[in-house]
Amino acid sequence: MARTGPTSTARRTLLWLAAIIIACTLAVGGGVLAGAASWSPKLGLDLEGGTQMILAPKVEGAGSITSEQLDQAVSIIRQRVDGSGVSEAQISTEGGNNVVVNMPGKPTDAERELIKASANMNFRPVIVATQVPSGAVPEAEQTPADKLPVPTAAPVNASDPNWVDAALMKQFEATSCIAPLTDRPTSSDPAKPLVSCEPDSGIKYILGPVEIPGKWIKTASYGLQAGAQGATTNEWSVQLTLTKPEGAQAFKEVTQRLNSKYLANPEDPQSRFAIVLDDSVISAPASMAVITDGQSSITGQFTEESAKSLSDKLKFGSLPISFEIQSELQISATLGLQQLEMGMLAGLIGLGLVVIYSLFQYRALGLVTISSLVIAGVITYLAIILLGWAENYRLSLAGVAGIIVAIGQTADSFIVYFERVRDELRDGRGLVAAVENGWARAKRTILASKAVNLLAALVLYFVSVGNVKGFAFTLGLTAVADLIVVFMFTHPTLQLLARTKFFGEGHRFSGLDPVQLGAIPLYRGAGRLRTPEETMEVVKGKNARAAGEAERRQTIAERRLAAKEAELVGSRGAGAAKSESNEDSKENK
Amino acid sequence: MKSFATFGNELYTGERSYEFVGKRKIWFGITGLAVLVSLLIPMLGGGFNFGIEFRGGSQFTISEVAHTDAVIGEEAVDQAVPGTAAVVTNIAGKTMQVQTDRLTDDETLKVSDALKSAYGVTDDHITSTFVGPTWGQDVSRQAIIGFIVFVLLATVLMAVYFRTWRMSIAAVVGMLVVMVVTAGVYAASRFEVTPSAIIGFLTILSYSLYDTVVVFDKIRENTADITKSVRRTFGEEVNLAVNQTLVRSINTMMVAVLPVASILFIGAFLLGAGTLRDLSLALFIGIIVSTFSTIFVAAPLYAWLREREPELARQAKKVHSRRASEANETAKTVNV
Repeated sequence: MARTGPTSTARRTLLWLAAIIIACTLAVGGGVLAGAASWSPKLGLDLEGGTQMILAPKVEGAGSITSEQLDQAVSIIRQRVDGSGVSEAQISTEGGNNVVVNMPGKPTDAERELIKASANMNFRPVIVATQVPSGAVPEAEQTPADKLPVPTAAPVNASDPNWVDAALMKQFEATSCIAPLTDRPTSSDPAKPLVSCEPDSGIKYILGPVEIPGKWIKTASYGLQAGAQGATTNEWSVQLTLTKPEGAQAFKEVTQRLNSKYLANPEDPQSRFAIVLDDSVISAPASMAVITDGQSSITGQFTEESAKSLSDKLKFGSLPISFEIQSELQISATLGLQQLEMGMLAGLIGLGLVVIYSLFQYRALGLVTISSLVIAGVITYLAIILLGWAENYRLSLAGVAGIIVAIGQTADSFIVYFERVRDELRDGRGLVAAVENGWARAKRTILASKAVNLLAALVLYFVSVGNVKGFAFTLGLTAVADLIVVFMFTHPTLQLLARTKFFGEGHRFSGLDPVQLGAIPLYRGAGRLRTPEETMEVVKGKNARAAGEAERRQTIAERRLAAKEAELVGSRGAGAAKSESNEDSKENK
Repeated sequence: MKSFATFGNELYTGERSYEFVGKRKIWFGITGLAVLVSLLIPMLGGGFNFGIEFRGGSQFTISEVAHTDAVIGEEAVDQAVPGTAAVVTNIAGKTMQVQTDRLTDDETLKVSDALKSAYGVTDDHITSTFVGPTWGQDVSRQAIIGFIVFVLLATVLMAVYFRTWRMSIAAVVGMLVVMVVTAGVYAASRFEVTPSAIIGFLTILSYSLYDTVVVFDKIRENTADITKSVRRTFGEEVNLAVNQTLVRSINTMMVAVLPVASILFIGAFLLGAGTLRDLSLALFIGIIVSTFSTIFVAAPLYAWLREREPELARQAKKVHSRRASEANETAKTVNV
């Protein structure tokens, strides 16, 4: 039985589609149970409300900024935003030269300044450091007011304990460097001492005034430390180069002072200097040698990763990158909700209109369109949730618009397909054959045209900025969903439906009625051609069907041919008639 | 009225045929006129109405206001930051929009507060946008790069798929017509050109080529063995293909335009200015123009580009001579 082939393939394809959808649903369901995912898509800022800032980096002096520098800038902004207690802020680069900050609610003036300001990297000597990660000293145990230190003299250098006065000591004790962290300023006065934390270790510091400002850092790199004999050891280190002459000169003075303390007592916190980024200590090495040429090497339990991280921070943190707000959008949660509701309403109305039009145009076949659209919708929805979960994809209003627009383009695949099937019916084929032939032709067209769509979505996605990206993304996503549905649902379904009585016999409301499609023989008689499929059709057809079938046996091609042959027989040579008939039969294969 | 299916049948058999290729001089003339008018509209009408994203500035949207009086807003802005000119418009229902020149962060907050109290709304109902002067340029620059890259890649893709660069040329020319006419209508509508509108334009690019590819694929099919046949000339085959896909073109246009029309309606009447409205207007015009452009510009243009190829010219001659001889002989022979 030739018929079982396509039928069972069709059934299998449908089962596969069902399996894919169920698998995705289970994946999302599992995620929801595990508390990692949610059944509703993550919403973009314009639908959820919040603030979006698009920042363009500015480098003083230098014209442009490399992508490495930008990445570093993003991580600096991320630290600042996280440090300021704003939760759920998303920071990303965009278009190769912009930084996008999305955060719920409205940023305060201080937060906005914080984000815009250039990174503040400098070196300060350590005056006091705790040995272990330290929280705030409980109120009862804090040093009483009369015992707080009173400077005995004006400080002579940056490491002088005389910088520590009563107020600073109080602040030091009240500060916590372990969770919950105390909020601390991030752009302090460089001429004054500072209470600071090293977030990685939780150690609490009192630091002296700035001795080496960030602009004196020329560059930094990392690698394996060279041993005494010049052979490489297994120890990672960070090489730091300061500018000459000011950086090297200042560093020489600092290391001379600190190194003498180190030689006296290697454990003395005052032998260390802190590398401070935005008022947080990122590293506080001891000065083990006097550095005279501005070339120093920092060692101590680095892994390759931590050495790279420190070297990157030194290299980029010292860059005076500040940010200019290119665009700032504040959307209230109510407005976002309103836009979402309106977008959904527009989508439903649009879908409703498409449903009505499809039913009007394609009768029962319209139901196939509608169920295909529903399946495409389900696949798109699942994909958005999964992407939201895995890639933190958020649906924006432009994305919603992309989906609504896609309704039309998705439905077009079905239209192209159905019209081809109808064309085949008009040629007098039986429905089963018409579906197979129509599909073979429509498949090419659908693939070629969807390739254009996907290409557009890809180009837009990679080139564009802002809203355009979200739009391009959903456009591409729906094009893929469309292809899946056409191949795995619409075609197999039609294959199966073609074998039902309702469609196969061309019921008036099936949308595939050969009589309505004009596949009625106008001429009868000589020159009948039958394609193999059709012949089989007659053999397999039910009796009731066979009677009707005989009526429509003759194809338009046959009709034309018959007419033409009749016309030609008397007037032209038999050879000409033969070549003509070949032409016609070829055209309808 | 004849049913749509019957209409489709007649188009398919060639019983009913519209002269898309034959009368191309008329269609090209109309197209040229439409393009000219579309170019003149922005020139004479004072150019495009660029949105705040392109001009730079601050914009506040206040929803659920008690009074839709513009003066309240103007006074509030003037009091908050003296000397600032504000354009206050009631964009939809109870929603007011206030646009000013670029304000500093500080001033933005002040104006926002002033507007809030002037219109008696809470924090929840005010939205502010601040746009630096380079943002719009950024978006447009990226859009133009995207446009060029896409057109180049699509041209190559089509040339490879159809195995003839003439189809690419015809499709791209058709697309350019769509762009110009859509831009002209957009300018005439005086809607603001916002990044959303740019998105709409970029989508039209893809839609226009998409639509053309579907019709061209049928043309490719019909003309695949053209040189071996003397039934129809190349132009006639192209015309038949366009006629045969006409029902599909109409159905596709309707199905694509219906959801867009619903966004346009919702966007324009219920939400006022914003992403949905600007996007859907460009799409609405673009989809309709694309359908026409494929039929009246791209397909006839392709026929015209190919017709003069020597091989096809010879074939056309054969077709004509066959017809002439048939006409003669039919006249001579008595009915068979």
